[in-house]
Amino acid sequence: MIDARGLAIGYRGGPTVLTDVTFSVMPGERVGVLGPNGGGKTTLMRALLGELESRAGTFTIEGRQGTVPQTERSRLDYPVSALDVVLMGALGRGPWWRRPGRAERALAQAALERVGLEDRARETFGELSGGQRQRVLVARALMQDADIVLFDEPFTGLDTPSAARLTALIDALAAEGRSVLVSTHDVGQARAWDHVLCLNGRMIEFGPPEHVLTETVLAETYEHAVIRIPDGWPRGVTQSAGASARA
Amino acid sequence: MLDALLEPWREPILRDALLEVVFVGLACGALGVWVVLLGRSYSAESLAHGMFPGLVVAALLGVPLVLGGAVGLIVAALAIAAGARLRSLGSNTAVAVVITSLLGIGTVFALSADSPPGLQNLLFGDVLATSPSDLALAAALAAAALIGSWLAYPYLLTYAFDPSAARSLGARPRVAEAAFALLLTAAVLVGVQALGNLLVVAALIGPAVAARTFTRRVPPLIAAASALGVACGVGGLYLSYYADVAAGAAIAGLLVTTAAIAALAKARLPTSDI
Repeated sequence: MIDARGLAIGYRGGPTVLTDVTFSVMPGERVGVLGPNGGGKTTLMRALLGELESRAGTFTIEGRQGTVPQTERSRLDYPVSALDVVLMGALGRGPWWRRPGRAERALAQAALERVGLEDRARETFGELSGGQRQRVLVARALMQDADIVLFDEPFTGLDTPSAARLTALIDALAAEGRSVLVSTHDVGQARAWDHVLCLNGRMIEFGPPEHVLTETVLAETYEHAVIRIPDGWPRGVTQSAGASARA
Repeated sequence: MLDALLEPWREPILRDALLEVVFVGLACGALGVWVVLLGRSYSAESLAHGMFPGLVVAALLGVPLVLGGAVGLIVAALAIAAGARLRSLGSNTAVAVVITSLLGIGTVFALSADSPPGLQNLLFGDVLATSPSDLALAAALAAAALIGSWLAYPYLLTYAFDPSAARSLGARPRVAEAAFALLLTAAVLVGVQALGNLLVVAALIGPAVAARTFTRRVPPLIAAASALGVACGVGGLYLSYYADVAAGAAIAGLLVTTAAIAALAKARLPTSDI
């Protein structure tokens, strides 16, 4: 569960970049976080992960957090297998000096099976496709047994089948009672989730999609740079410069 | 042939030197992997140079080098923090200014005509002048670096791969950084005796860079880097014995040559072959 009240966040030594954020995410809920590039989506994620401290307001997080960062920022040259990455989710499971053993390996393999990558366990992480890397990171969150899973722009660069598979995984995580927060540029995608949080340096709106995803709110969120795309266009091909969105 | 291989080790000095280069190869090889994976080559070099005045003062006062190195590092860290607060400098420039200054101050002490003989060995090392107490200290520090690396392995692996998610995964960035700095300090102190303050970076970077070209996972990378570090150390001693060149320089030369050959070989081979 996440409960934030009047949150303000900034980077050390820098100005406050996100203000007046008030929202809550209950177990089993999927929340889409919308906003232009630089609008504060990643900043919010980093604050929720404890990387950045709040400058005002309060927030409460109950439960273990897992994160699925943007795979474009992953180190593709890093010498680890998919299984190694999933096993990173076992770090907090035992005493600090204990290395993952056979039981953790079995759990990690099961997590990979859950995301449909059981036959890729020994492949180097950087040699997997973008969608496969996303699923490995989801398996890592499963290995953590995370109650709250934060996705940072997970659909960027994914083709249609990969995006559909990831959407199904997000739905499955929520169905298990996990809170899921997904930052995205895809307004159409966010429409299918339980709540939407719109940010642009401050919170523009938070609530159910039918109340939040109005032309007025989107225009304020994206500073009037909203592109309307006819239904039926391929997903995930609309973004550039952070100022466009499917509406 | 066998006689030629065994001949150097009939000398007690070279037997001690052999043990010393084994300790250096193991400790610096293992820690060098994290230096390379974390992208901290410049930091590692700065660390080695930053502790130099502390090492010199410790040698002058006759106190353990570890203590001098630790004090030297604290002074360097405080000076860098103070310099970074000056807007006209900035953190990168502060590191460069402070480290260069400290290295200069240490060199003035070490090369002064009034300094006792042997202090210049802290700059270029003298593996052939290893005393029993030096060997015992090197063995203890190498053991500490290797055991610490083994314990810190999953945390360093996670932190180096994904710093932004490390905290949520249970690998606190500050703890990982502190552990890395401590282990690196131990490895550098092992290497300073054999290779000196200026050449120790070769023992950290060379084996890891070479091993990185033919390994695909971190555990074999650490094993290969340590093995290459030891092999270059032993090879350097042979080179020194038969070609009559300075042992530290011969070892450092082999280390960087190995790294260069591995990098060239990788550049010439198709990616799938590596």
